[in-house]
Amino acid sequence: MALALSDVEKIAHLARLHISTEDAEEVARRISSILELIDQMQGVDTTSVAPLAHPFDAVQRLRPDEVTESDQRDYLQKIAPATQDGLYLVPKVIE
Amino acid sequence: MSDRTVAALSRSLALGKVSSVELTRDYLDRIARHNSVYNAYITVTEELALAQAAEADARRARGEHGPLTGVPIAHKDIFCTRDVLTTCASKMLGNFVSPYDATVVERLNAAGTVTLGKTNMDEFAMGSSNETSFFGAVRNPWDTERVPGGSSGGSAAAVAADLCAIATGTDTGGSIRQPAAFCGVTGFKPSYGRISRWGMIAFASSLDQAGPICKSAEDAALMMNVIAGPDPKDSTSVDAPVPDYTATLNDSLKGLRIGVPRQHLAEGLGKEVEQALQDALKVFESLGATVKEIDLPNNHLSVSAYYVVAPAEASANLSRFDGVRYGYRCENPVNLEDMYMRSRGEGFGAEVKRRILVGTYALSAGYYDAYYLKAQRIRRLIKQDFDKAFAEVDVILGPTTPHTAFKIGEKNDDPVTMYLEDIYTIGVNLAGLPGISIPAGLSSTSGKPLPIGIQLVGSDFGEARLLNVAHQFQQHTDWHLQRPEV
Amino acid sequence: MVWETVIGLEVHVQLATKSKLFSGSSTTFGAAPNTQANIFDLAMPGTLPVLNAEALRMAVKFGLAIDAEIGRRSVFDRKNYFYPDLPKGYQVSQLEFPTVGKSQLEITLEDGSTRTIGITRAHMEEDAGKSLHEDFQGQSGIDLNRAGTPLLEIVSEPELRNAKEAVAYLKKLHSIIRYLGISDGNMAQGSMRCDANVSVRKKGATEFGTRTEIKNINSFRFVEKAILHEAQRQIDLIEDGGRVVQETRLYDSDRDETRSMRSKEVANDYRYFPEPDLLPVVIDEAFIEAVRQELPELPGAKCARFVAQYALSDYDAGVLSSTRALADYFEQVVAICGDAKLSANWVSVDLQAVLNKQDLEVEESPISAERLGGLIARIKDQTISSKIAKTVFEAMLESDHSADEIIESQGLKQVTDTGAIEKLVDEVIAANPEQVEQYRAGKEKVFAFFIGQAMKVSRGKANPAQLNELLREKLKG
Repeated sequence: MALALSDVEKIAHLARLHISTEDAEEVARRISSILELIDQMQGVDTTSVAPLAHPFDAVQRLRPDEVTESDQRDYLQKIAPATQDGLYLVPKVIE
Repeated sequence: MSDRTVAALSRSLALGKVSSVELTRDYLDRIARHNSVYNAYITVTEELALAQAAEADARRARGEHGPLTGVPIAHKDIFCTRDVLTTCASKMLGNFVSPYDATVVERLNAAGTVTLGKTNMDEFAMGSSNETSFFGAVRNPWDTERVPGGSSGGSAAAVAADLCAIATGTDTGGSIRQPAAFCGVTGFKPSYGRISRWGMIAFASSLDQAGPICKSAEDAALMMNVIAGPDPKDSTSVDAPVPDYTATLNDSLKGLRIGVPRQHLAEGLGKEVEQALQDALKVFESLGATVKEIDLPNNHLSVSAYYVVAPAEASANLSRFDGVRYGYRCENPVNLEDMYMRSRGEGFGAEVKRRILVGTYALSAGYYDAYYLKAQRIRRLIKQDFDKAFAEVDVILGPTTPHTAFKIGEKNDDPVTMYLEDIYTIGVNLAGLPGISIPAGLSSTSGKPLPIGIQLVGSDFGEARLLNVAHQFQQHTDWHLQRPEV
Repeated sequence: MVWETVIGLEVHVQLATKSKLFSGSSTTFGAAPNTQANIFDLAMPGTLPVLNAEALRMAVKFGLAIDAEIGRRSVFDRKNYFYPDLPKGYQVSQLEFPTVGKSQLEITLEDGSTRTIGITRAHMEEDAGKSLHEDFQGQSGIDLNRAGTPLLEIVSEPELRNAKEAVAYLKKLHSIIRYLGISDGNMAQGSMRCDANVSVRKKGATEFGTRTEIKNINSFRFVEKAILHEAQRQIDLIEDGGRVVQETRLYDSDRDETRSMRSKEVANDYRYFPEPDLLPVVIDEAFIEAVRQELPELPGAKCARFVAQYALSDYDAGVLSSTRALADYFEQVVAICGDAKLSANWVSVDLQAVLNKQDLEVEESPISAERLGGLIARIKDQTISSKIAKTVFEAMLESDHSADEIIESQGLKQVTDTGAIEKLVDEVIAANPEQVEQYRAGKEKVFAFFIGQAMKVSRGKANPAQLNELLREKLKG
């Protein structure tokens, strides 16, 4: 199925990806061709088939409730773009 | 030394014919001389390598060593390495110095391997040609005009050009096996869950699996003995017993039942690849195996299903790259929204953005059932096909790729034609099965010889049998010993 | 026009585990920013979640306590959205297969009537971090210590019909989670938070009106105020010919108003899908039974037992069983003094007044159950009168001494010696001839004056019954 530019704009915003206006058409065209490939599966009747999310029928294992971590803030914030007083800084969050 | 398999190097180290420091210097020297041609490494960790080599020699002197102690290795740049740049070949992580080691890296470090550096790859492992790397394309050592395959192209090229003894790779839809086939080396993707994903930067969580890219099935077994096994840090790692993979390498293939999928021999398969496959079948038959055709009737749907499941998971996995706690942040964001949009818009390359968009679309309101759930149902059909096949045969043999390595830039115009090249490998990931690509011929039609790979697929956790079959093939052929002129 | 308010509550309860839902970081409140955020909490690439067993047990415990269906196979999902306090860009939650399923809760209103409120589900999820808006050169600061703290989100059906019901429902939940010990329920610190979905409709209508979601309600009082305010805002809007817009609103307790949240303006498409880094959580019968064994007696059962065992009124039993700590305190007092009725009065009236005044929890009571029991025992055996007991109680607040020590040191022991009381009565009669005349002339009211005088002389220690009897006899003349 072909994707309109407005669709690209909508999903690009959901995914928080800036796509320039000059690129948008190219992106729409390529994604449309990917969707065409994907749509090959639409012809198959899968009504009685349960979805498979993991390759194996395993179940979640549990971790004992123990504190295993210690403060590593200074080390971990060495790679941060912007910090102050131990906080990560971002442009103002507006509620 | 002509035979630079891990097995051979390990023997030389054990006999004292060479020290790890000498070996490491030799490899570092080769990298210095040749990497500019192949672009196989993003980062070379010379200092770390020499320190680890000295420590490995000391361990050997103390008698505290295993087969991998002192062996120079390269890690795909998708594995986190503490205090070493870990970029995933993306501008987004161009400055990311990992604060921790991946479990795979930690286990190999503990076994005494020597880290030469981090290898190039498709950005975030999204690609089959290594052309999507922010750090430039990798060149195939057999023909530098051609791609090495992807996404673990740097690892495959480095092993093929002997810029490392062995390398790690990851495989989400063929990313170990396809570049191994293109570069004439052995690439092994274990069952999903066999190896911890902790510290392996996620592309598609339910498909990703680490594995060795190496010079022989025996080397794959040696690395598997170190890296396989459950990890309390990875909920999806499987708590199954891990055998000694080297112990069964020499088991006889008498009575082995090999299945060849009818669908893999159909249209689209290159003539030379088909010939190599037929030749390989004769070798196996001479070793006592029986061959029969099997059906994987839904295999043609694997690419479609994969391009929903993988991008959907990736779209969420890559949301953490937001320029807040690490990685790339755009210059002078005017507000929060702008920071997100531009940091991600500028930090990710075109293919990564495409896949995030496809995945976002497939999960969005109104499309979830038609795309995501549908793909998961197809996934079950594909798994069921394999289950049926393994009721009749022990291993499945087919081509790894339809063709040999293509030219750089050749398939850039349409992502879909490139995606379809993964038709033989993708189903294996969807089903979570182990698969290995081994060299089985050299094409001569395009001027320079180009390697041909064949793929063996095993049943759930049938890694030992798979390595045994591959090893026996390599005991009776020498395709895996062929090396390009560097 | 008569309007009806329709309210559904989403209550987020922080589970009192030591470590986070999916990582080994501490969950202690109030640490320096980002000192309790490890590589997983910071969403470093390549990190993976592993489920905390205790968080699961606590969720199941809650489910069993409210007699809900327990999800034998629960599945975690990713809820995708971008926000700086959400490091992974998705929150791990449970959409289709929550750990705790359908149930209902009986609430008691102020007039003693009860209502049954449906509970839709209770699912496990991760808490987010915090955005601090103090000015950092026009930027916000992000603290991720709270990110990944286990939450149980308890979702009610839209069956609450006014603000008081909402408060009663919330208090009931609060009491249960505290009884279970699965959360401290501290609303001021955010370990229990409430979002309210509020709509209004004409009384008798069957369809719901458009609802708004009010976030950031952090006390019982504010729940009531926020709902009252929002319902009135909607009614005013409709009566003025306007229309309610479905949106998220923030309650501002300083101004007592709700306002639209700009950040949530765009309708979100959360793109839920099963979290591939986690496997389905399968809960077997043995797990459930083991958790069931740990269930304490719950408020409802305890209240009924107090009525039956101690012959308390429904009201007293309700008050005393409202928290587990108070109930335990009360029962300790009874065990020591042997008088349930007196214990109930002293705990629920006198002690409670002190606690309220000093804003203390019963666990922090300045008078231990042992000391209070000791005091009541002296009332019961008539060593002191109820009146003197108040004096002793006051003294106990000021010191660590036992009731006996205070009675002894201050000489407060009740006088029960008939000879001594008789002497006292004689003195009082002799000193007040005028009043004796009045009494004898039939002015009955003067009797109270004599009691007062006698008590004054005895410094309150005379046994009131004996005093009464002797005084009447002697005044007859």
